[in-house]
Amino acid sequence: MSKMQIILTVNGAEHELLTSPNRTLAQALREDLELTGTKQGCEVGDCGSCTVLLDGEPVNSCLVLAVQASGQAVTTIEGVADGNKLHPVQDAMVERGAVQCGFCTPGMVLSAVSLLDKAPDPSESDIRQALSGNLCRCTGYQKIVEAVADAAKKGRD
Amino acid sequence: MGRDYKVIGSRARRLDAPDKVTGKAVYLDDMSFKGLLHGAILQSPYAHARIAGIDTSAAEALPGVKAVLTAKNVPGTKYGVSPARYDENILATDRVRYVGDEVAAVAAMDLETAMRALELIKVEYEPLPFVLDIDQAMAVGAPQLHDEFMGNLTAEVHQEFGEVERGFAESDLIRTDTFINKRQDAGFIEPHRAVAVYDLAGNLTLYSSTQVPHYVQRTIAMLTGLSVGKVRVVKPYVGGGFGPKAEATPCDILAALLSMTTGRPVKIAYTREQVFLHCRARHQFKHTMKTGYTKEGIIKALEHTCYLEGGAYSSFGIATVYYAGSLLAAPYKLPHMKYDGFRVYTNKPACGAQRGHGGVAARACFEQQLDLVAEELGLDPIEMRLKNIMETGDVSCNDLAMSSLGMKECIEAVAGGSDWKTKRGKLPPGKGIGMASGFFVSGAGYPIYRSETFHCTVTIKVQEDGGTVLVKTGAAEIGQGSDTTMAMIAAEAIGIPLEAVRLVSGDTDYGVDLGAYSSRTTLMTGHATKQAGENVKETILGALAEELGMERERLDLKNGLVQINGDPVDFTPLRTKYFKEHRGWSGMPEGDALTFTEAARVAYLKLGTVVGTGKYKPPVLGGKFKGAAVGTSPAYGCSAQIAEVTVDLETGQVTVDNVTDAHDCGQAINLTSVEAQMEGSVSMGLGEAMFEEVKFDDQGRVLNPSLGEYHIPTVLDMPRMKCIVVESGEPNGPFGAKEVGEGAIMPTIPAILNAVHDATGVTITELPITPERVLAALKQKKGQ
Repeated sequence: MSKMQIILTVNGAEHELLTSPNRTLAQALREDLELTGTKQGCEVGDCGSCTVLLDGEPVNSCLVLAVQASGQAVTTIEGVADGNKLHPVQDAMVERGAVQCGFCTPGMVLSAVSLLDKAPDPSESDIRQALSGNLCRCTGYQKIVEAVADAAKKGRD
Repeated sequence: MGRDYKVIGSRARRLDAPDKVTGKAVYLDDMSFKGLLHGAILQSPYAHARIAGIDTSAAEALPGVKAVLTAKNVPGTKYGVSPARYDENILATDRVRYVGDEVAAVAAMDLETAMRALELIKVEYEPLPFVLDIDQAMAVGAPQLHDEFMGNLTAEVHQEFGEVERGFAESDLIRTDTFINKRQDAGFIEPHRAVAVYDLAGNLTLYSSTQVPHYVQRTIAMLTGLSVGKVRVVKPYVGGGFGPKAEATPCDILAALLSMTTGRPVKIAYTREQVFLHCRARHQFKHTMKTGYTKEGIIKALEHTCYLEGGAYSSFGIATVYYAGSLLAAPYKLPHMKYDGFRVYTNKPACGAQRGHGGVAARACFEQQLDLVAEELGLDPIEMRLKNIMETGDVSCNDLAMSSLGMKECIEAVAGGSDWKTKRGKLPPGKGIGMASGFFVSGAGYPIYRSETFHCTVTIKVQEDGGTVLVKTGAAEIGQGSDTTMAMIAAEAIGIPLEAVRLVSGDTDYGVDLGAYSSRTTLMTGHATKQAGENVKETILGALAEELGMERERLDLKNGLVQINGDPVDFTPLRTKYFKEHRGWSGMPEGDALTFTEAARVAYLKLGTVVGTGKYKPPVLGGKFKGAAVGTSPAYGCSAQIAEVTVDLETGQVTVDNVTDAHDCGQAINLTSVEAQMEGSVSMGLGEAMFEEVKFDDQGRVLNPSLGEYHIPTVLDMPRMKCIVVESGEPNGPFGAKEVGEGAIMPTIPAILNAVHDATGVTITELPITPERVLAALKQKKGQ
């Protein structure tokens, strides 16, 4: 398969990549750009661990081809914190104990960040809807939902 | 209890959380290796077949293929979990026993080449008749899976404690009920993965997403012939385990053998489908319980039979079939108990251990029956439970000693926390409230292999400059929070703040630790960590006392400061010495008290590197009867839960509206982590109750091997949970702590079942509680 040259804009930085047309965005991020914070739990769009933001919208990066993401702004978990300063969602997740094995956490954080960017004052139901594509087997989700609510409140204060 | 803890009992932030929320935490798939080869496994498409021949020549000839393994060129040593039932071959020798059984393995330059090579391996199968359920497997003349274990029985258990017939004679009401759950998948989000690196010095390092580095190390050593000391197993961060990662997998074993064959690092990673094929998760249990009660609601006797559908290999099955019986002997006083258990081989993926090992379906059956008896006797289910519960100091009929048991406190907490009295029996049709209790071990009393080994050893090294200690443990952090728990225990034991503790774990080079299973880590590794910490403290304070020319007894460490009892002592010379060593530095010790940093430096200058060690092995526990090893533990955690549900009487759809949960963990080391285990347990129990079921077609193929088709709870399925932590103070636990990771799942299923009964009057005796089952039961009730 002949390779294609694409430009991926990830966390504000442009990367020129030569990639096969069948390569997923998740593969390109993890393997070509070594951004391994994006996790893969199923590779078929069921678990949400590989969630990244495309122009601010959460997508399963295992279901998006790298070439499709060309020209859009990709945000991965590596682009959420401001240097060593955690994003309010991340800080609230740490504080609330919303992290156990942590494998779903990057995807969960990105879904929550996307929600709060659009809806700074979400109801619990809004939060649950926004996280419904991200599976977690450890937590029962309660502390995650509480953390997102805390982060929203902190953002408004 | 006079507890004056500085670190434990707090809501300290988890040590691993910042790395996990930023994507920096390294899991197996995030590691990179120079010259890495990719391995792949050829698995059987048949449930049962004889292998007439395997031709690997085309695969071997494919450019990029570095090794092809079949039974011919791997050791013939059999392995498994229990040494008494080693029934697995590394690769199939003459036949395959389930769809997914491993036949061959390849290593190639990339995964695509490896997959292409698998397609080129020609296997000549001669299909054999097969058995897919308990009835087929136990029928006369049934096809047999293992020549060594005829009758398709992995194990059978026959136990009687007390005199069951006498118990029934003393009973006023005897009920017999049956209950069936479904094979559950653990649904951890990270599939199993392994990378093996063999070097020319003859050392093998295996990186594995495992719960049990120690057992993996032993299995790999046994199968490769390398000495245990040359096999190092390293566990990076693991994306959940819940039981199925508590044994060496074909990923581990074949990666090791392929690396030894090729001399290069080899990675094998399961796809999600392969996770379902490997399974090792919850068995299907068929319980029949005949239970006798007095008219006052006192339990007199239980006669219990259970069949477990186990799949093609034993895995943890022997322990599972014992647990399915032994975990009914508490938390209620049960003077007479008879148990007959059968773990049955079928031509399906092997089941093993999963959260609440062996006890979850049994608990559901027993607790549901208890509610039905209460209804017949006109008693409140909570009042009836309170009449029967064991208390601290009680010993069960099968010798499980409740050295602490806050069962009463848990039941009263959930009753109060849910307004039980104002709701039970008073809610409108379609609304219901139900409760249940349960308990679980705080670590298996014996290792899986017969040995007098310590269950864990911990080393704490004081960094030579003072101020920081490094805890080294083989314990497996798999998400449950053991790293943070051990760091907190170390800090408390030494008398320093949590910030002064660094911790490394999950590596067999750090010592023996049996791993993350049977809810053992807090109690067992906790003991060893506490002992190592006390050892460090003793050494440092001993050296300091000598330096200051005073009695050791006058010194103590609290919050990182040396406390000197009695007359004040001039420690200026020590401080001056420390300052001289750190000329130009900032953040130097100050204040009226000597710091841990200074004291630790004194100890180093006197003694060299200060190292404290700790170890733990449970005392000899339990009875002398066969199977006494399964269920005995130094301590038992217990739980009570109340579920409130809404049942749509038109569609049969059940919604769990909220759950009130109380758990006695002895003493919370980290309060937030205790709640987190409780919430996670409820979630897994709710999934099994409401919708989880691994389904098969009539050829033994898994029909729903994905997280899309196999439904684990999403955030929309989970109700609000109210968690109440009960602390009874466990005398056999470090700082009074015992388990929370598995006891907390025990009451979930029966609490929901009992709430459904309260809402509808119908009894569901087969999981999951689908709308179809509820509707059928409602229709049947209407017809009566």
